[in-house]
Amino acid sequence: MATEETPGRRKSFLQQLNTSKVLLLMCVPAVVFFVVFNYAPLPGAWIAFTNFNYRDGIFGSPFVGFRNFEFLIKSGQLWTLTRNTILYNLAFIVFGNILQIAIAIMLNEIRSTFFKKISQAAMFLPFFISAVLVGVIAFNLLNYDTGAINALIRETGGDPIKIYSTAGAWPLIIIMVHLWQSTGYGSIVYFAAIMGIDRSLYEAATVDGASAWQRIRYVTLPSLKPTFIILVLFSLGGIMHGNFGLFWNLIGNNASLFSTTDIIETSVYRMVLSQNNFTTSTAVGLYQSLFGFALVMTANWIVRRINKDYALF
Amino acid sequence: MTDQATTSGIVEGVGIGPAKPRAVKLDRSDVVLQTISYIFVTVFAIFCIAPFVLILSASFSTESAIMKSGFGLLPKEFTLDAYEWIFRAPRQIIGSYVVTITMTVCGTAIGLFIISMTGYALNRKDFPFRNHISFFIYFTTLFSAGLAPTFLWIARDLGLRGSYFAVFLQLLMTPWLIILMKNFMRTVPYEIIESGKVDGAGDFRIFAQLCLPMMKPALATIGLFLALGYWNEWYLSSLYLGSTVEFKPLQYHLYNIINTANALRNSVAGSNVSITNLPSNTLKMASAIVAIGPILLLYPFIQKYFVSGITIGAVKG
Repeated sequence: MATEETPGRRKSFLQQLNTSKVLLLMCVPAVVFFVVFNYAPLPGAWIAFTNFNYRDGIFGSPFVGFRNFEFLIKSGQLWTLTRNTILYNLAFIVFGNILQIAIAIMLNEIRSTFFKKISQAAMFLPFFISAVLVGVIAFNLLNYDTGAINALIRETGGDPIKIYSTAGAWPLIIIMVHLWQSTGYGSIVYFAAIMGIDRSLYEAATVDGASAWQRIRYVTLPSLKPTFIILVLFSLGGIMHGNFGLFWNLIGNNASLFSTTDIIETSVYRMVLSQNNFTTSTAVGLYQSLFGFALVMTANWIVRRINKDYALF
Repeated sequence: MTDQATTSGIVEGVGIGPAKPRAVKLDRSDVVLQTISYIFVTVFAIFCIAPFVLILSASFSTESAIMKSGFGLLPKEFTLDAYEWIFRAPRQIIGSYVVTITMTVCGTAIGLFIISMTGYALNRKDFPFRNHISFFIYFTTLFSAGLAPTFLWIARDLGLRGSYFAVFLQLLMTPWLIILMKNFMRTVPYEIIESGKVDGAGDFRIFAQLCLPMMKPALATIGLFLALGYWNEWYLSSLYLGSTVEFKPLQYHLYNIINTANALRNSVAGSNVSITNLPSNTLKMASAIVAIGPILLLYPFIQKYFVSGITIGAVKG
């Protein structure tokens, strides 16, 4: 690196290397891991600017400039994918946080330790299952012939709904499934934050005659504000990245639902795996990474301004 | 929602009358809030559990009952038929179990070793390169090459297509788990490391013999996150294994059962093929139960470690 530096400084760098060589060696496996699986593929993003073919390889394939991006923009695909990805994530952030906070506050009101433990365990359970199983559950509930919801509709004499071909229903379904799977997890974070609130604040509020609602309004919610802001800002940083497993296992290749359900991840996966389309998928991926990177940097900059301790870097 | 709650609280207070002593008013709003809490939490907890009950009861129902009246919360015409179908030719499911258990055990052990070693080094304040290496690891969460270049690199250039190692290696660690371990390591008092140094122990020995025994809760938490990652893995398998291996990891095996059974059902709909013998609906549900069984059984014991992990991880992600 700085080989032309003064000898004294160079020596101290070597000394540093020498005194910490064991600690450095301890980091080697992890560093090698990230070099091989995360850094080494980076130059491959060049595919986005080529007309890639297997024979010529990444850097031998003809250069086409921004044509892959032009196609994505002109076809309107990039806009649809960006809109879906961002809107879903916004809905997840808004509804997710409201529900998590509400449940954390309610758990805090519940006196019975037994009830608290059981209900927490129940709400946390969906977090542990694979996305494939989420797909099985959705099929069990929603399919036309045997789904539990349609079975209920038939029993009560109604007309069953073809949910798997009704695009308009899916934003609601996907949001509900997301809340089902992640609320238990998220409410633990808020519950821990409530546990950390100074108890004397509540005692003072009680002495002053505050009702339960006023205690929530004037003690709990303000105390949760920092946690809330930080969590939301970091979710905003990841707003360009969708939950692939969830969307893929609910929708898969069901093209009749794509208008309301296709996100960047599912589209890229389909392009790579079933169409062998490496150029367009790399272009989408690069756009996602750059846009997402800019958003994280912005979010982190805002966090730093609010509270330096919470900033990630 | 909060506004509504506040209003109703005030309305009730007024209803009791301003002349009443404060304690009564307080009790009233407390009781209302507690009642709402119990009801809402109960309803939401049932909402979280019910789908599991649906799958379980469907797996114990007969196919004809399901075809007639659909899935429900209670088994219809109780039978072990679907499980018998699975275990009539158990080769596939046993193979999948062996693959997944091997990967989970080896991956958790190796991953845990590397993660704790790295977390330890990055937490040592006298390690001059700790900030550089931390950022080097953290940067991978900010920017990635994307699916296609990564896939080409691993499948073609590294030649890992069709190899279990493509799946196994990529799940060994995540930046988040290393950061979490680094945060856990802060709980080890620096005096312990100092005392080890004074006694002439090397950095690795201080880590292995002094720090690790103190880190048991952290190892349990992070080990469980790793194990869950291996157990639930289907995505990398779908990319790198496809149909090239005889025994697919368990969740990917389930993924194929669900989707091929679907394809099967759609392709024979309306025609009289003997595929009707196959209880496809209940079979899917029984396979799902077989694939999550161990998690459901271990859940009561492992849940609390995840809670401590989330709580510590949330302090500084």
